[in-house]
Amino acid sequence: MNEIGKILLFMVSCVLTNNYIFSRFLGCCPFLGVSNKVETAAGMGVAVTFVMAIASLFTKLLYDLVLVPLSLEYLNTISFIIVIASLVQLVEMFIKKTSPSLYRALGIYLPLITTNCAVLGVTILNINSGYNLFYSILNGTFGALGFLLAIVLMAGVRERLETSKVPQCLKGFSGSLIIAGLMAVAFMGFSGLGK
Amino acid sequence: MPKKEKSLSSVFMNGIIAENPTLRLVLGTCPTLATTTSAINAVGMGAAATFVLVGSNVVISLLRNIIPDKVRIPAFIAVICTFVTMVQMFMQAFVPSLYESLGMFIPLIVVNCIILARAEAFASKNGVAASAADGLGMGCGFTLAITVIAIIREILGNGTVFGLNVFGAGYEPMLLMILAPGGFLVFGGVLAVTNLITARAEAKKKDEKGVIHA
Repeated sequence: MNEIGKILLFMVSCVLTNNYIFSRFLGCCPFLGVSNKVETAAGMGVAVTFVMAIASLFTKLLYDLVLVPLSLEYLNTISFIIVIASLVQLVEMFIKKTSPSLYRALGIYLPLITTNCAVLGVTILNINSGYNLFYSILNGTFGALGFLLAIVLMAGVRERLETSKVPQCLKGFSGSLIIAGLMAVAFMGFSGLGK
Repeated sequence: MPKKEKSLSSVFMNGIIAENPTLRLVLGTCPTLATTTSAINAVGMGAAATFVLVGSNVVISLLRNIIPDKVRIPAFIAVICTFVTMVQMFMQAFVPSLYESLGMFIPLIVVNCIILARAEAFASKNGVAASAADGLGMGCGFTLAITVIAIIREILGNGTVFGLNVFGAGYEPMLLMILAPGGFLVFGGVLAVTNLITARAEAKKKDEKGVIHA
């Protein structure tokens, strides 16, 4: 029971308290770039979730089974990025086959998941915080769901903004950043939930 | 588009003003937001990123005729990764306190879009000297921009600049500014001011010439 409680708490803290975007600043490029429409934002979020969950699994296994026994820990960055790049390639081929419209909408940002710092960030974080395999996968999955939540919320706000009057200098990234700042204030309200 | 005949100094200045990676192209937002909690962190991050930019630009420019077009992105990432690992080990050995405070954002320089973007857009098409100048210019532009943001955040959030107290003991720091939301708000504000200045400057240019370019 206690263990289950701990796991639940960990999930909640991954999604809300330690939200990758609002408290760790990871994955801001796609967050600002692909949040024009709710639909594309959700597609991007799902693709990132898939990559992050699988990347957590593979990089953790790679680190424990290959890099540590060979004492090549310093190669972690370079080996992780290779794993992530191949996973992204896989997801790209999959989306291209199953949903060409989503593929077109995500455009340049799909191959750019490779350089989404949230993905590399979560794999490095898993190693640095000493999570075991189970917690690493949880961290990857629920951290990514937090990303999904943030990007969809942001897209919702920006869809509304399109029909309202915004000063010229606040159009585009500057306005989005200020909205993100206000959302981050709201997310701070969750601190104290979980650890 | 940059022309080939441009002098090295104009390539260098291009990165600082016309195509400032942070303020004009809005690339590399994650380190901009995360490492601007204090001015000293920002300078450290900027220096590390500049080193990686110059190094990877030079190597990629040297290899630009050897790397096959199809696998260029993985090849670029491998080159960038090598430099990042070098910086990481160097900082761990010589400036451990800075290494601690920048934390995981040092390995994350690998996925900083500025570096891959310059490799793709500039170093893979230009000579070694120009690529080095471009890397240095972009690096300095990045460093300047994040240092400005960091100074604003540090003054408001902590009442200090580079650790020196500016307001005296009576100042109540606005803690929010060095917490996560402050990063977004200050960066957004700085970006808005930049947009305003550029728009003014462009309008002025148009007035002087008296013609509007189509």
